[in-house]
Amino acid sequence: MCTVCGCAGDGATISEAHGHDHGHDHAHHHDHGHAHAHAHDHGGAVHTHADGTTHSHAHSQDAHPQDTAPQDTAPQERAGTLDYGQGPARAHAPGLSQARMVEIETNILAKNDGYAGTNRARLDAAGILALNLLSGPGAGKTTLLVETLKALAGRLPAAVIEGDQQTDNDAARIRAVGVPAVQINTGKGCHLDAHMVGHALEKLPLPQGGVLFIENVGNLVCPAAFDLGETARITLISVAEGDDKPLKYPDIFQGAELVLITKADLAPYVDADMAALERNIARVNPKAEILRVSARGEVGLARWLAWLERRRASRLEALAIAAEAKARTLRAAAGLLAAREAHS
Amino acid sequence: MHEMALCESLRSAMEDAARTQNFSKVTRVRLAVGRFAGVEVEALRFGFDVVMQGSLAEGAELVVLDEPGTAWCFDCGNTVPLAHRLDPCPRCGGERLVPNGGTEMTIKDLEVM
Repeated sequence: MCTVCGCAGDGATISEAHGHDHGHDHAHHHDHGHAHAHAHDHGGAVHTHADGTTHSHAHSQDAHPQDTAPQDTAPQERAGTLDYGQGPARAHAPGLSQARMVEIETNILAKNDGYAGTNRARLDAAGILALNLLSGPGAGKTTLLVETLKALAGRLPAAVIEGDQQTDNDAARIRAVGVPAVQINTGKGCHLDAHMVGHALEKLPLPQGGVLFIENVGNLVCPAAFDLGETARITLISVAEGDDKPLKYPDIFQGAELVLITKADLAPYVDADMAALERNIARVNPKAEILRVSARGEVGLARWLAWLERRRASRLEALAIAAEAKARTLRAAAGLLAAREAHS
Repeated sequence: MHEMALCESLRSAMEDAARTQNFSKVTRVRLAVGRFAGVEVEALRFGFDVVMQGSLAEGAELVVLDEPGTAWCFDCGNTVPLAHRLDPCPRCGGERLVPNGGTEMTIKDLEVM
């Protein structure tokens, strides 16, 4: 357990709308002739096979008949829930040889960043604007999302990944307005990581050309360190939280493209110093755009909805420009080849 | 913070290295932790002992090397050394600084057997 916020790397589960069981729902990138029954040695769902291939996938509880070792770390899946909550299984017989030094120079988050890259490529291919929503608990992420999705209905396709330690209350609130949602329960975990989000993406009908909202675990600290493969981060802070929060928790504000000051309609009742709050946000993140919003009524959402439309358009335009550049390169290469053939 | 998850990533990276570089025990780990990496070293030490239990690095010594921080100042447009996140710019006194160095935590090397 984390000594500062109570987090831990174990205990994550993923549940989707229909509660049915997904076992191995994708192909493996390695060739083996056995019935896929092997012991796992990994934290989370990644493992490396004897042939050196590393992969990650969902596990179904009955898919690994030999995985009954008491401390298996494979995520267990039951009734549409991926459970990472198994204890670590590690038993290495120490070899007895001379001590030596091994240079590694690996970023500790390299593995997460690798998964984030995979997610990003997938989201790029589908033309999705993926937004990682960060805030403390109770800032109003889910309420803002519900009202936003109602307002967007029929205007642009959307989907939601919900992250919480426990319960699928938030995903249920999203589904109630007719938008597909996957709930990730992190157990004791204090943040979403790219690996969990990758699994959630497999279970979500991705809104081609639309918007994916990833509502992170309510926490002003840990989620800041984990790239999920998002297009942009949005940090929310409600007017009642205190105008010095950006100075106390700079990391969560630092990487945000947009900061939403929520519950703006409550400002007069909580003596919120909006100018001080905005000044403090600008101090730790001079590049962030800042918008005041209220989920009560269309007026408070108007500028945020306009931001979303604009951001989605610029995202699609950027992807289109990249695709055109790639097409030109490919045509040029093909043309070069044709010219060479004609020449010979 | 998320030190526990970081320790699990560390363990996983060491296990990958053990497979490719043929060792079975780690006796010492040297980490470079940036000033702005968002890592609490004491929490990291606690997490390290817990997470490494039963692993190839059980009982290993953890050495933490401090990496100094730098930040980009939006007021004077320079990269400047910065000791604390909310310190003013040492060049111009500006307050709008965004860290651009010392933001990572890397495994430098391992002493292995």
